[in-house]
Amino acid sequence: MSTTAPPPAPSTPGARAPSKSWTVKVREAGVDALPPEKLLPDGQPTYVASWIYVFGVASIASLIVIIGSGSILTLKGPAWWHYTGVGHFFNSIHLWSVELFFFVMVVHLWGKYWMAAWRGGRGRVWVTGAITFLVAVPAALTGYVSQQNFDAQWISTQAKDALNSVGVGAFFNVTNFGQMYSYHVLILPIAVVALVGAHVLLVRRNGVVPPFELEKRLPAAKPTGASAAGQGDGSAPSSTGGQA
Amino acid sequence: MSIWKTEEHTRPWKGGYYPYDLVKELFIAVGVIGLLAVLLTIAFSSPDDKSSTIAQWSHELPANFATAASKELAQTSPIAEYGPPYNHSSGSVQHFLLLHPQRWLGVSHPINTADDYVVKPLETVPNDPALQSALAEYKAAPEKQKKEWSEAYLKPLEEYETAVEEKKTPPSTVTVDSNTGTVTVQAKGAGPVPVMMSSLLSLAKSGGLEGGLVTSSQFFQTDYTKPLLFMADGGLLAERAEANHLLGKQWGLMNETGSYPGQPWLWLYAFWYQVEPMKSSPNADIQVLLIMGVLSLAFICIPFLPVINKLPRWIPLYKLIWKEHYRAQQTS
Repeated sequence: MSTTAPPPAPSTPGARAPSKSWTVKVREAGVDALPPEKLLPDGQPTYVASWIYVFGVASIASLIVIIGSGSILTLKGPAWWHYTGVGHFFNSIHLWSVELFFFVMVVHLWGKYWMAAWRGGRGRVWVTGAITFLVAVPAALTGYVSQQNFDAQWISTQAKDALNSVGVGAFFNVTNFGQMYSYHVLILPIAVVALVGAHVLLVRRNGVVPPFELEKRLPAAKPTGASAAGQGDGSAPSSTGGQA
Repeated sequence: MSIWKTEEHTRPWKGGYYPYDLVKELFIAVGVIGLLAVLLTIAFSSPDDKSSTIAQWSHELPANFATAASKELAQTSPIAEYGPPYNHSSGSVQHFLLLHPQRWLGVSHPINTADDYVVKPLETVPNDPALQSALAEYKAAPEKQKKEWSEAYLKPLEEYETAVEEKKTPPSTVTVDSNTGTVTVQAKGAGPVPVMMSSLLSLAKSGGLEGGLVTSSQFFQTDYTKPLLFMADGGLLAERAEANHLLGKQWGLMNETGSYPGQPWLWLYAFWYQVEPMKSSPNADIQVLLIMGVLSLAFICIPFLPVINKLPRWIPLYKLIWKEHYRAQQTS
């Protein structure tokens, strides 16, 4: 016979006792960094009022369409789209969503550059976005060489020289369909999704970068520390309280 | 205090907020992008030019096939002379100053062009006593003799290909029967090679060569390195590529067949190949990749790069972006 201890009372902010539980520590760190109202805000600073802001969410939307169409192609196998109309349709969706993805992502990057969106401790937001773009390039290239058609033959036999010249060809062989397909449908998509996830969480944590000259119109404030930088300007202080 | 984490940029926003539905916005965005992708699909579809085969190559360009295969046997083809990761030659080995990464990483996908592209595939041909005898004679010969035979057979073929390329009258030592697709080479001192190469052409036309190259190590295979590199040594892929504006000098790295956008995000990468010194350098690939490596690193580090990270402040495009915000501030 065994006895079961009652579950501990849920911890409340301000009354937390130090816990040895890894789970509790991870949960508390997560909630501290991104409380629900910050993770999924229902208010946006009034300065977020330009079409340029659309391109960030459009990049994510394109990625969702890419993954959706790519998943259908993957489920049916790499040859399916060559001999069925439905397969070719989904391949076309996949191609055009990739083209849209890069287009909107480049506009998003340029927009963020001219906003100097790394200000206020947002350097990591820029870095994760830039790395996402760079990882997306080989993600697309591996798709081109996995097509099993003339484009794949030509692109792979031409791309090999550049990769071989820097030694990458020794372990990343663009003429090996099996290897490229694995990179294209698994490894690189996971990397892109993980980077986009980190990028979005950092945006939510730091808030949307405020306009230039904002500081000139505000009274001088004490220098803020790392936590203040984390809260950032532009993020809603609460789910409703900050709304206009 | 660092330049990108100044106090004024981390100050909490004291102004107004407007209602915002993040999840709804994402759903709408997926709908719009999905619709755009569907419309582009209906309007333009996607390219799917059939892949070339070795059988097609040997049928359409038999002399070119015979020349490329003979170079593989003589170990004078681009792949035979390539170097790592395929072999220990040095024909395509690149370096930059003291950096020799291609050499450092070594041979990871070994290819012996004579054995892999000619001898081993011919060993799979059954019931051909003349071929078996020629193969036995070839394999028993010393390396020097093999090379002499191969080069004796290759020389008239190379003269023929050069004449065709320069649109001159081809030499009479090579005859191509356009009806049967056979290539007859009058080569003195070629030993058993003419019999071997004639059989290889027949094997290629039957479709047996590409199968043999792919499944040489095991039944299930996904590695097309050998047949692809063999075909790249020939002229069919390049001929099709030129017709589709896919050559390097045609910015081919970012193009694809048809009038499709291809990979325009590679424009800067493709650009460096069009300018000197990379344009005429034997080390162009490593030079371009190193340039792109440095630029990529700079791209990632823009927030921390002096001057570059100040340009958005100095060139006030932000006034357009936050036009509404500034207007509201002025009127309030």
